[in-house]
Amino acid sequence: MTPTLDELNQAFLRLLTPAPALGTACEMHDATSCEGKGVSPNPAPTPPPTSAPVPPCRIVEGKTKGYHFDADLAPDQIVPAGRLLDERGFAIDAVTGVDWLAAGQMEIVYDFYHPVSVLHVVLRCRVPREGAEVPTLSEVFPGANWHERETHDFFGIRFTGHPDLSPFLLPEDADYHPLRKDFTGAA
Amino acid sequence: MTLPEPFRLLAYLAGVMAFVGVNAAYLVWVERKGAARFQRRPGPTEVGPAGLLQPLADAAKLLSKQLLVPPDADRTLFRVAPVLVMAPALMCLATIPFGKTLGARSLDLGLVMVFAFGSINVMAIMLGGWASRNKYAIISAARIVSQNVAYEIPMMLVVITLIMVTGTTNLQEIVEDQAGGFWKWNVFNLAANPLMPVTFVIFFICMLAETNRAPFDMAEAESELVAGAFTEYAGMGFGVFFMAEYANILVGCSLGAILFLGGWQSPFGILSGVGWFLLKLYALVFTVVWVRWTFPRTQFYGLLNLSWKILIPVSLGTLVLTCIMLKIF
Amino acid sequence: MLLEKLQSAVGAGVILPDGHETFVLNLGPQHPATHGVLRVKLTMDGEYILRAEPVPGYIHRMQEKMGENRSWSKYLPNTSRIDYLSAMTYTHAYVLVVERAAGIEVPPRAEYLRVITSELNRISSHLVWFGAFLLDLGGFTPLLYAFDDREKILDLLESVTGSRLTYCYYRFGGLCNDVDAEFLTGAREFVAYMRPRLAMYRQLVTDNIILRKRLEGIGRIDAELCRKYGATGPVIRGAGVANDVRRVEPYSVYPLLDFKIPVYSECDCMARYLVRMDEMEQSLRIVEQAIAQLPEGPVMGKVPRVVKVPAGDYYHAVEAARGRFAIRIVSDGKEIPYRIKLRTPSFSNLSLFEEASRGMMLPDALALMGSLDLVIPDIDR
Repeated sequence: MTPTLDELNQAFLRLLTPAPALGTACEMHDATSCEGKGVSPNPAPTPPPTSAPVPPCRIVEGKTKGYHFDADLAPDQIVPAGRLLDERGFAIDAVTGVDWLAAGQMEIVYDFYHPVSVLHVVLRCRVPREGAEVPTLSEVFPGANWHERETHDFFGIRFTGHPDLSPFLLPEDADYHPLRKDFTGAA
Repeated sequence: MTLPEPFRLLAYLAGVMAFVGVNAAYLVWVERKGAARFQRRPGPTEVGPAGLLQPLADAAKLLSKQLLVPPDADRTLFRVAPVLVMAPALMCLATIPFGKTLGARSLDLGLVMVFAFGSINVMAIMLGGWASRNKYAIISAARIVSQNVAYEIPMMLVVITLIMVTGTTNLQEIVEDQAGGFWKWNVFNLAANPLMPVTFVIFFICMLAETNRAPFDMAEAESELVAGAFTEYAGMGFGVFFMAEYANILVGCSLGAILFLGGWQSPFGILSGVGWFLLKLYALVFTVVWVRWTFPRTQFYGLLNLSWKILIPVSLGTLVLTCIMLKIF
Repeated sequence: MLLEKLQSAVGAGVILPDGHETFVLNLGPQHPATHGVLRVKLTMDGEYILRAEPVPGYIHRMQEKMGENRSWSKYLPNTSRIDYLSAMTYTHAYVLVVERAAGIEVPPRAEYLRVITSELNRISSHLVWFGAFLLDLGGFTPLLYAFDDREKILDLLESVTGSRLTYCYYRFGGLCNDVDAEFLTGAREFVAYMRPRLAMYRQLVTDNIILRKRLEGIGRIDAELCRKYGATGPVIRGAGVANDVRRVEPYSVYPLLDFKIPVYSECDCMARYLVRMDEMEQSLRIVEQAIAQLPEGPVMGKVPRVVKVPAGDYYHAVEAARGRFAIRIVSDGKEIPYRIKLRTPSFSNLSLFEEASRGMMLPDALALMGSLDLVIPDIDR
């Protein structure tokens, strides 16, 4: 089964928005990628970005970004979103973090690819930097186990429910997280 | 040559030890050169012409190394095991007739004695593995025992077939029986048993397995068990195991040459002598080397399956066939 | 339940319900079969593996942090030191993702040469795997033959890149220098030389009965397992899924070239073996065609002196010799990367080892490990 971007988008909207918000639901991130969607080539003028709520998920142009679908999740939506992708035959690509020191946030990025289609899906979740904690995806994708363990090593993000978060690539007594932007141990 | 018996035996013992020592050392050289040729590289070249002094350099290196005994190992058994591996191979060579008059003892039960001592070698390697208190060595020891139990049986069946044909277990007499040209050799003795060449192949396979040679080198499967039973051995302890491996190959190939290829008999019925024996021996040894560098290792259970499911039924079949042939003709 | 019991047993054996006692066998960090410093903690019942827990990290170098303290272009040499056997493809992924992000155009000749060198590198990487895999199975000789062939590739690549293993040949916007006629002739000669060699390997090695017995039906990894663990490359193609980034998400000039994606659906070690053997042939075809189509022109496009990447995150995957290698870069618009994430194939491929090796015998598990074609720095990064 090869999923389509449209269907994926709809499924994610149903998952992420509490009430079905019709009409505004599918908002293009980039007008140039509309051909596939059949949206009129002359879209309505976009409102100023400050006032419009950023849609929780969007189709992005693969040519410039390298992935095709991008979704912002709350921590409790990660496992349902993972299941959704699992049902559609996606495979786990990687789990990693990005430390946004200035914003005081920790971003967890999940990459999924599809074994037989071009689709590449990115899930993101931002949590407060201190005591960052998200549920584990290793129940859905056992392959996430190692990626999450590595992310815990590097960023100190805790994955609740993870079977074993002991240091993986780092020495077994490591108590530091080198990819945090305020890490100075290696300097 | 009429030395008194004790002196003759002593002289012979010295001779055999020298023979085994030189052979083991130079078979290593042959193996390394042979492997190199199979692999399109020169092999040892540095020490002496064509690397001919390499074995001596290796021996000097091994001798100068400290003999380490791992902590908690069984010190006595650990030290004794290499000697126990080497000694039976020397004993076996005592009954081997190298030529018409060249042999320590012409025993009536020569063949039985060779197998009796040949089996000790396995127990010695097992002891070495067990005494080193190393998990890889213990796995290897367990493998060696089951492998050898599996391969002794078809080998014995083959040898019994041969004894029925020759009617003697005296190795010298077996060789004498094959005089008169290569068509008289046991391997071509189709009148006694049309499956004789198959018997020889089974014997050769079993010999490879008994001496733990590739493709049956489960014991020291280096990519699985590091060095198997010899993992903890250093210096000359390892060196003796290594020499014993070649000594056992020598015994196995000598037996092959005597039982099936006419020993020191010439293939043309004239000019028989020790030269022919050595030629046959080294041809077999070369085949052993050749096989090692050509085939990957078998699985352990594949090895046991081969023995229990193919070799034992086939060798039983040849045994029965020989019985029938003997009864009829 | 049994598993928890075993997990609690560190180093010591436990008594199984059937009366057997287990023991823990440390395979590595130094072991002939791990081809590097990988440690696998095996809980064994005799020769049967109850649990195999890989413990990587012995040569972890924090390549991702290194990306955060040097400029975009200074990170180029690092990319060839992740999977040292497949350096070209890894550098390819990095230049592609930066070019994608910064909107740098690459002249066609450069892309063709990238494909030629990448495919030659893929062949040399597969040759090392071929030799090392056979070595794991106890056959020593093929290694020397494979290295003999690989030497020719290394000589060729050395003549244009100056290095024999950790190439840094690609630049943002092109290549550091053009190839000469000698290289092209040499590559053509190599293709002609390599085809009969591959036929010889098929006769000598692939059709060997002992090899077949050791690989057929051993080490089952099916498509579902690959998907759940993100295993790619020859592992997933040996499970019947035609997943090849060169075809699924085409990049560079691969869409212009005619080549097949070898797929075997037996899911066993033999399938993965055959995929790689066939891939070498396909790579030869790619090299041949790319040389024939090679356009004239510059090998370097217009690139600013200091490359800056617009803020945002970008992703690019390539098909490396071991599978899908991807780089995710996050930029804050400055001259140095904000974050570089390396998604390496060996990491994901090894992660399924624990599940795939359960209940296997030790020699079979090592055949399985060999068929995954692990490169340890690729796991540890």
